Amino acid sequence: MGDLDGLVKEFLVESYENLDRLDKEFLQLEQTPGSREIISSIFRTVHTVKGTSGFFGFEKLQGVAHAGENLLVKLRDGALVLNQDISSGLLRSVDAIRAILGEVEKTGAEGSENYLSLIAELEHLATGAAAKPVESAPASAPAPVAVQAAVVSAPTAEHPVMPSAQSSELAPRPSSSSAEFAAKPADGAATAGGSLADQSLRVDVSVLDRLMNLVGELVLTRNQILQHAGATASSALVTTSKRLDNITSQLQEEVMKTRMQPIEAVWGKLPRVVRDLAKQIGKQVRLDMEGKDTELDKSIIEAIKDPLTHMVRNSVDHGIEKPDKRIAAGKPAEGCILLRAYHEGGKVTIEIRDDGGGIDPARIKAKAIEKGLITVEQSAKMAEREILALILAPGFSTAEQVTNISGRGVGMDVVRTNIEKIGGSVDIASVVGIGSSITIKIPLTLAIIPALVVTSGGERFAIPQINLLELVRIERAKAATLIEDVYGASVYRLRGQLLPLVYLSKELGLPINESAAINIVVLQADETQFGVVVDTVLDTGEIVVKPLDKQLKNLSVFAGATIMGDGTVALILDVFGLGTRAHAMGKNRDGKKAHAAVATGEPKEPMLLFQSPDDGRMGILLSQVVRLEEMDASKVESAGDVEVIQYRGEILPLVRVFQVLPERRRNPRNPDAGVQPDVLPVVVHSHNGRHVGLVVGKILDTVEESLKLQRAAGRAGIKGCLVLNGKVTEILDVESIVRTVVPDFYKA
Amino acid sequence: MIDVATQTRQFCTFRLAQHLCGIDVLVVHEILRQQPMTKVPLAPPVVKGLINLRGQIITALDMRTRLGFPPRDDGRPPINIVITVGEGAEASTAALLVDEIGDVVEIDPATCEPPPDTIPGALKDLIQSVCKLEKGLILILDTAKAVKVE
Repeated sequence: MGDLDGLVKEFLVESYENLDRLDKEFLQLEQTPGSREIISSIFRTVHTVKGTSGFFGFEKLQGVAHAGENLLVKLRDGALVLNQDISSGLLRSVDAIRAILGEVEKTGAEGSENYLSLIAELEHLATGAAAKPVESAPASAPAPVAVQAAVVSAPTAEHPVMPSAQSSELAPRPSSSSAEFAAKPADGAATAGGSLADQSLRVDVSVLDRLMNLVGELVLTRNQILQHAGATASSALVTTSKRLDNITSQLQEEVMKTRMQPIEAVWGKLPRVVRDLAKQIGKQVRLDMEGKDTELDKSIIEAIKDPLTHMVRNSVDHGIEKPDKRIAAGKPAEGCILLRAYHEGGKVTIEIRDDGGGIDPARIKAKAIEKGLITVEQSAKMAEREILALILAPGFSTAEQVTNISGRGVGMDVVRTNIEKIGGSVDIASVVGIGSSITIKIPLTLAIIPALVVTSGGERFAIPQINLLELVRIERAKAATLIEDVYGASVYRLRGQLLPLVYLSKELGLPINESAAINIVVLQADETQFGVVVDTVLDTGEIVVKPLDKQLKNLSVFAGATIMGDGTVALILDVFGLGTRAHAMGKNRDGKKAHAAVATGEPKEPMLLFQSPDDGRMGILLSQVVRLEEMDASKVESAGDVEVIQYRGEILPLVRVFQVLPERRRNPRNPDAGVQPDVLPVVVHSHNGRHVGLVVGKILDTVEESLKLQRAAGRAGIKGCLVLNGKVTEILDVESIVRTVVPDFYKA
Repeated sequence: MIDVATQTRQFCTFRLAQHLCGIDVLVVHEILRQQPMTKVPLAPPVVKGLINLRGQIITALDMRTRLGFPPRDDGRPPINIVITVGEGAEASTAALLVDEIGDVVEIDPATCEPPPDTIPGALKDLIQSVCKLEKGLILILDTAKAVKVE
């Protein structure tokens, strides 16, 4: 029994895959109606379903597949020409097969519906159309056609190909069809498909998850070995551990890859959705896709499936206009929806663009006022971008009539919530009359995320960097004046805006420590900002997210747990849950919120990022960089107490940034995170024709970002911190660093 | 199905307060000495913390608290019994914190009786049966219920 269950399961998995391919092929077929190759491929798929279902005794399934197959034979043999009716009929048979498979999966039986009318219709299509004049007249006698066709084609058959061989013996009425199938043995696609299948195999996701766990564990062990190796003098051990390090990193990368799937896994269904919907509401829509191969973690693929479908439906329903309206506007009758996906800065960006009517801000505004989301005064002050963002607000739907297509109450706010749940963001842009675009940005994986580690009440906690806006540090002495009290609630004025404060140890019932300074971690969840007061901010790093067991599922304050470098467990804070618990997640305070910063469009400043010895990131303004050099460490000489190097016929004084910065760790946490010790990355900085070289860590990237510095970083040589691409980055104060080594560098 | 009434079964025994308790040996993964533990704020009192078992994060449940016994006061570190109950998606792994680990004993179901009615409520719910050995009584715990924490 168990054996058969396994077989049925395999059959289901395989058939679902086949059906997904069928959807695509049917649509291709509509574009190139004559393609025998596509018809043959469709035929083979349907035939396989039929044969296998016969083997398992799924008679209804077999009946539907058989009727569809008969129709396909006619098409393949040229007895019929594909038209809209046939194509719709075939698509419906695919739907029926899918429905029966779904029933089988759920109950193990085929369900009560028997699809007789569908079968009759398919038969009618096969026979009815045969009356029309077609080229190959002899094959088009009404009922026994299938058999005849088989007879006609049988002589050309050499060997039945692939699965039909066994299934034909098991299926009750297969002989004709398997012969037909064999009639096209020399089809390139069949052999190509076979060899492709040989190169891949199906692996249970849970196996991959376990692999991932083991690799995570290996990474931790590697880190410990590296620490020990660093402390010994044995060069053999050091070399071996370096190799171990290297291999582990590669292994981690490869295992991560096994969980990746191309976004096509989600997109594959959309052409069908668009086609059906467009037909239903009398629109002409073309769906273009770019970047189908863009890969995403499986868990993310699952999470974006529904939101993406919803948005594409929205585009067809609300975005694209009816053909007459489009022509009147001077556009082609056929509307176009473009899906684009690409990797950018450690994230995946998905765009959904349409060339429809765009979103009218005036209508949105009126609707939002009508629904009481904003007041008239507020609306007057809002930028267009902010107004468009209202579409994502809960309880907003502009569809004038509620259709069964979109606007069923679960609107864009659900889409946004779902995307934000996986750490993504949604952005809308639109030009009236030209079209609109929705941009979704999501992290590559959920399994490993960058996080900030803090302590509170003697415990360590990880905070996902995706929620992190900035860090504020206030000296205890000044706290009394800077932190104000509003009826028992603490608030801090952050650049003139009130930031509600949550004391983490108080909220979690942990012992309260009186530290020398107050560290505020400014967080954002669901458009609301609040500050969490912690005892110390430790550092940042990538953490492997592990779910909590059932006993702790009810604790909404924690999103999971992770294992730290020393092998102990730390809890990951759920920012949304924490905010809710602390009642910091109120209503959006008068619509100003997070978009304000975006809307004002602060000027951006290019910055060069490099790694610091403790695995953090530091930045330097590109305007202070003349050039970047890699210098040979053995060429460094000393002149007095200053290190110098010969550079372009000049003597270049060198400043080792990490030695100047007081708080930098003496021993790097990750010794080889930087560069080989014999090559020094040097940033050349100049003033009044004089040059100085800053020896920094491994160069990471350049970025452009508005310089919203957090002044209170409080270390010498650091201008402040800001969050770049979700990571805290310290910006160097170049002048003060240079002065510590070359005091008169800036003197005229 | 195995006929429970006649088959002798093996039980892993441990001491909790003054009682000797037993759990089906088949659910036991391993026995660990004291592990570094991370406290979980806001969790129910029975959850003592999280431990790292070779990369898997496991919830440690204090059996004294679970059964309504007074807290440990002899200063000795508790022992972790790592068990898995349920199957497939329902499976749940947890570490039970007990005072002292005992032997694995074979028990003839014929020597077992349902828990006496006089046992206090919380405890009675978790005790499957009471076995009469020569040395004394063994309380057989219902592990599925024991790891369920509201």
